[in-house]
Amino acid sequence: MIDLTSDFIGIRSPNPFWLASAPPTDKAYNVNRAYEAGWGGVVWKTLGEDGAPIVNVSGPRYGALHGKDRNVIGFNNIELITDRPLKLNLEEITQVKKDWPDRGLVVSLMVPCNEEAWKAILLRVEDTGADGVELNFGCPHGMSERGMGAAVGQVPEYVQMVTEWCKTHSSLPVIVKLTPNISDIKQPARAAKQGGADAVSLINTINSVMSVDLETLSISPTIGGKGTHGGYCGPAVKPIALHMVSDIARDSECEGLPISAIGGVSNWRDAVDFIALGASNVQVCTAAMTHGFRIVDDMIDGMSRFLESKGMSSVDELIGRAVPTLTDWQYLNLNYVVKAEINQTLCTQCGRCHIACEDTSHQAISVSGNGQKRYEIKEEECVGCNLCFSVCPVEGCITMRELENEVDKRTGERVTGDYRNWTQHPNNPMRSE
Amino acid sequence: MQPIATKHNGQSGIAAHRLSQEQCQNNFTDKHPALGSHSAQVEAERCYYCFDAPCTEACPTGIDVPGFIRMISSHNPTGAANLILSENIMGGTCSRVCPVETLCEQSCVRNTDEDRPVTIGLLQRYATDDAISRGDSFFKRVSESGRTVGVVGAGPAGLACAHRLALLGHEVTVYEAREKPGGLNEYGLAAYKMTADFAQKEIEYITAVGGIKMQYGIKVGQDVTFEELRNNHDALFIGVGLAQANTLEIENGDCTGVENAVEYIEALRQSEDLSSLPIGQRVVVIGGGMTAIDIASQARLLGAEEVTIVYRRGQEQMKASLKEQEFAQTIGVQIRHWAQPKALKCEDNRLTGIVFSTTAEEEGGAGTEFELPADMVFKAIGQSFVSFESDGLIFNTEQGRLAVDDQRQTSIPGVWAGGDCIAGGDDLAVIAVQDGKIAAQSIHQFLTARHN
Repeated sequence: MIDLTSDFIGIRSPNPFWLASAPPTDKAYNVNRAYEAGWGGVVWKTLGEDGAPIVNVSGPRYGALHGKDRNVIGFNNIELITDRPLKLNLEEITQVKKDWPDRGLVVSLMVPCNEEAWKAILLRVEDTGADGVELNFGCPHGMSERGMGAAVGQVPEYVQMVTEWCKTHSSLPVIVKLTPNISDIKQPARAAKQGGADAVSLINTINSVMSVDLETLSISPTIGGKGTHGGYCGPAVKPIALHMVSDIARDSECEGLPISAIGGVSNWRDAVDFIALGASNVQVCTAAMTHGFRIVDDMIDGMSRFLESKGMSSVDELIGRAVPTLTDWQYLNLNYVVKAEINQTLCTQCGRCHIACEDTSHQAISVSGNGQKRYEIKEEECVGCNLCFSVCPVEGCITMRELENEVDKRTGERVTGDYRNWTQHPNNPMRSE
Repeated sequence: MQPIATKHNGQSGIAAHRLSQEQCQNNFTDKHPALGSHSAQVEAERCYYCFDAPCTEACPTGIDVPGFIRMISSHNPTGAANLILSENIMGGTCSRVCPVETLCEQSCVRNTDEDRPVTIGLLQRYATDDAISRGDSFFKRVSESGRTVGVVGAGPAGLACAHRLALLGHEVTVYEAREKPGGLNEYGLAAYKMTADFAQKEIEYITAVGGIKMQYGIKVGQDVTFEELRNNHDALFIGVGLAQANTLEIENGDCTGVENAVEYIEALRQSEDLSSLPIGQRVVVIGGGMTAIDIASQARLLGAEEVTIVYRRGQEQMKASLKEQEFAQTIGVQIRHWAQPKALKCEDNRLTGIVFSTTAEEEGGAGTEFELPADMVFKAIGQSFVSFESDGLIFNTEQGRLAVDDQRQTSIPGVWAGGDCIAGGDDLAVIAVQDGKIAAQSIHQFLTARHN
């Protein structure tokens, strides 16, 4: 087995799989169970300032988008930060860290946007022996109405300011957790870096409304007849999170800024995606809330086998491996040509490729035959768009064949293999020659 | 499936009450229960929603299978029922009794990559059951045409034809020889496939559209002449099925214990207390069709200890579907192939056994004899069409059944026919329904052309 030991901004953990700040990390009981199950680290659920604890709703806090077999595609939640007394949380954190010295333990924080409030809580967290703090600038519901969470994360200047306070008043590593509810994720990431953040973590949840109850025609779920927008997470948000993580990873202004990735990580394959696109570790919530902490077994085993199969000896070797393959549209090779191919032996004649192409795309798949149908690619129409591949239910039935030194029947032009992107294309009036 | 109640070392010979009334009731509950909402959702999601779907092509009535499954998937089973019943007004019965494994489900593309088709029959039942029990009315008659059509026989063909004609504005009178409508749906199919009086409920649903007058106990040729029917109506449809059970020419054929499967099933389907039906301890069934399977299975469910089907040819030639054969075997029916009855053994005019002789191709060649002890034997070797008095008008026939053209018109002008009584079909309810549908359209054209 490959050693999965991770060192994230000086925080060591036996593997790069952490539990995100969320209900599963709200108290010692859960966190102890998580560590027993094998989780490498935990970000303790967000603490607020001292005083009367937060009040949560006692109606539904979660909504779910289900697949047909009730598999969870996405969760939405309206739970606020911890509603337990600060003192109790700090005592438990102290004890847990003492009991589990080899695991990562980071404390998530959210207090009002003034320096004194941050200073006060940072000093108390430092006393617990925790490994670091994560600044919750992401929560999109409830707390944001009070000027915290996403209300801070959406203003890069505030992000930088609060990060600076935290670096001033604490010696602990500072992770800034970003909200995805913003048009350009690079802006708050750069601000965090400017403020001295040791790392960023993302994404927090996405603003969302789950559905309408078709019986009552009211929002669903409801708290006594009314509902509110919540934060969306789970497998459904993974592509959005991957984009944001990789966008920061390849931003020159964020160079050297470590990333802890969050957003729909359910298994080791998802973790590979995020780490290859620039994250150093991953944080998990929805998958654990769906299946329990035991899912980490497969994550550890799968990641280890994967690294071994790739000839890698540590997770670090995987970090950012796919980042160089990500570019802007304008640098894509416009001379690269593929054509769909249908494996007639595997084809079940369901016709989905045909009707998708015929109705909605390029009329590049013909159908012939009575009874037994035969679906064939019309190369003179095929633009290589991948739609047929995407809708084909049979794995491996449709493949995309790269044209090499042959004439593209659609354009009549020979595919030479020469690279030419949009910036060089004759149709581009702005091209640079 | 719930295990069936059985009893061993019961009374020998033919006896009633082998099982208690309660055991019988349990044995005859629905053997392929309906899907629940969640199972239906999961199963519907498996449908690829094929373009130009092979399942629809395979359905004799041309139901838009992917279309109705997609409606189930979007929690719109009522829309699904409308789609099904628009093509097949007996979609409820067909979902229970169609040999789907040789029709729609056989053609499902899921068979290609995983050998497990979408369970179209069960989904169809899921969609139609509620709509029929609620009496959702999807159909509205057009204004009355003033034309009348006589339908002879209230089975699947006749009722499908009557329903379509009624929708098209014609007045239909259905003449049924028996006291209840439904034909084989009511009197023939296995009881465990048509539980909870479904045949009658479906017919109530069909006739609720209006314009269909039902007349029971009317036998054409006895109670009304064919000529009278022709005079009283603008067109006629004949869906009388196959009235005559084929006879087995064999010595001692009239001894006690020799039964006709069709007649026995008919009595069984009408029985209020199944446990009161006398059934043998050792039962032998001769035949290889659906009737043979149905009587064998039901004999087991009534408490017969040993039930053996003997068929003169091999498994591939059996007209009973493989699924039904498997069901029978699952509940303990033995099936033997390549043998035909030679002689019945009787003592004091009571059956004691049957001597069989192997037919060609079986190991050891033809003519080897063996004896099966039996106190009851069911003949299930098919039925024949019985024509009725036609007052000098003679129908053309093919293979002993009515010859029709592709519009189901007989050789006699103004007379259409469909279902088991016409040549060329597969003796399936779903085909009978399609015959009725096609004939109704053709009759409608005939009536409108004639009077415009």
